[in-house]
Amino acid sequence: MFAVENGLQGDPRLKAISDAIRVIPHFPKTGIMFQDITTLLLDPVAFKHVVDIFVDRYKHMNISLVAGVEARGFIFGPPIALAIGAKFVPLRKPGKLPGRVISEEYELEYGSDRLEMSMEAVKSDERALIIDDLVATGGTLSASINLLERAGAEVVECGCVVGLPKFKGQCRLKGKPLYVLVEPSQFDELTL
Amino acid sequence: MQTLISPFVSHSLRLAPPLPRNSLLNNYHQASPIRLSSHFSTTSLRLFNSGAAAASRDSEMTTEDGKDPRIAKIASSIRVIPDFPKPGIMFQDITTLLLDTEAFKDTIALFVERYQGRGISVVAGVEARGFIFGPPIALAIGAKFVPMRKPKKLPGKVISEEYSLEYGTDKMEMHVGAVEPGERAIIIDDLIATGGTLAAAIRLLERVGVKIVECACVIELPELKGKEKLGDAPLFVLVSSA
Repeated sequence: MFAVENGLQGDPRLKAISDAIRVIPHFPKTGIMFQDITTLLLDPVAFKHVVDIFVDRYKHMNISLVAGVEARGFIFGPPIALAIGAKFVPLRKPGKLPGRVISEEYELEYGSDRLEMSMEAVKSDERALIIDDLVATGGTLSASINLLERAGAEVVECGCVVGLPKFKGQCRLKGKPLYVLVEPSQFDELTL
Repeated sequence: MQTLISPFVSHSLRLAPPLPRNSLLNNYHQASPIRLSSHFSTTSLRLFNSGAAAASRDSEMTTEDGKDPRIAKIASSIRVIPDFPKPGIMFQDITTLLLDTEAFKDTIALFVERYQGRGISVVAGVEARGFIFGPPIALAIGAKFVPMRKPKKLPGKVISEEYSLEYGTDKMEMHVGAVEPGERAIIIDDLIATGGTLAAAIRLLERVGVKIVECACVIELPELKGKEKLGDAPLFVLVSSA
C-alpha cells in the first residue's frame, strides 16, 4: 500500500519527499524515466522525513532485522535499523560478502543476476524488513524475500521510498505486504 | 587525552578535540583499556531512540573503573576472514559489526560526537560500505549525504576521478551540483588500506572547492600507510588493525 492510503493522506512530508526526487529521462537506457534519489539525500530535512515515516511505522512491530539491497538499500536501511534497534543485513552482488553465504538467482529484463546474504545474518525467529529505494518489477525484492525465508526469518514487510502505481491497494509481493511512500515523480524540463 | 570522571558527577558532553593521526589505539582490537575524553555518554542512544536530529548534551555516568568500553566492543565485533578476496589478505568484515546493534550504534555515535557542531554540511560516502555508515552520521549532524560511486551508476551530470588499483585503475564519480565551493565535508568509508579510494574522493571534492575537514573510517590498516596519500586531510579511525 502507499503511505497516503495508510493514514498519511495530506501529510506534507510526502510532498516534500516527492519534490526532492529528481527524474532523469532515458537513464540507464532510452525510455526509462529514472527516479534519482540522490537529490533527496542532499535535502537533510526530506531525507529525515523518509526515515521518520518508516521508523514511526516499524518501531513497535518487534522487528529484529532490516535487510537492504546493494547499493541504494544501504543508504535507507541502516538509519531505520539504528532507530528501531534492529540489526542491518546487506544483500549483495555475488562475491562481495566474505564467509559463508546463501545465494538467490533472479530474472532481469535480459538474463539473470544473483543476490547473496551472509549465513550469519539470521538467527531463529527473526522478524525482518526489507528496504530499498524503489520497487519496479519486484524482482530484487522477491529474491530478497526468498533469501530471508530460506534462512528462517519471517519477512514482515518490504518498504520502499518510490513505487510504481501498480503497487497500490493491498498489493503483495510473494504474499508479503509492500509499503511505499510516493509514486514516481514526473519529469520537469525546467529543473534539468 | 585523558579525563578522570567521577562516577558520581555527570558532566556535559564536550566535543573531543581533534586527535592526532594514528593516536588510535593500535591495540584496540585486543581490548586493552583506553580512556577517551568526552566519550562516556549515551547521548547517541537517546538520539536514535527518539529519532531526534539534535543530541542532548547531558551524559551518563561512566563505568566504575572509568573505561570506555565502546571502542573495544566495536573492535571485537569485526570479523577477520583469512584469504578473502584472495590468498594472503586478512579481510576485515564489518558485516558482523552491523549485526551487533550496540556496536553499530556506538560506531555511529563516536563519529557523530566528533563531527556535530563543526559546521560540516557534507558527508561523502564511498560506495558501497561507505553508504552504510555515512547516512546515519549525515542525518544526525544535519548534513547532506553525497554518494561517491563507481562509473555509470550516477544518472545525470557527473565529474570523475581516476585512481590506481594494485593492477590497473578505476574511476570514482560524484554528481555535478551535489556540493558547492566553501562547504565543509567529511569523507566516510568502512576501512582505509592503501588510501587510493579516499585520495580520489578528496580530489573530487577539492576540485569543486570543498574543504575536507577529515576522512573518517571504522578501521585502518596502518602498515599500508594509506594516510600518507591523504595530503593535508586528517584521518580519524576507531580501530587500527596492525
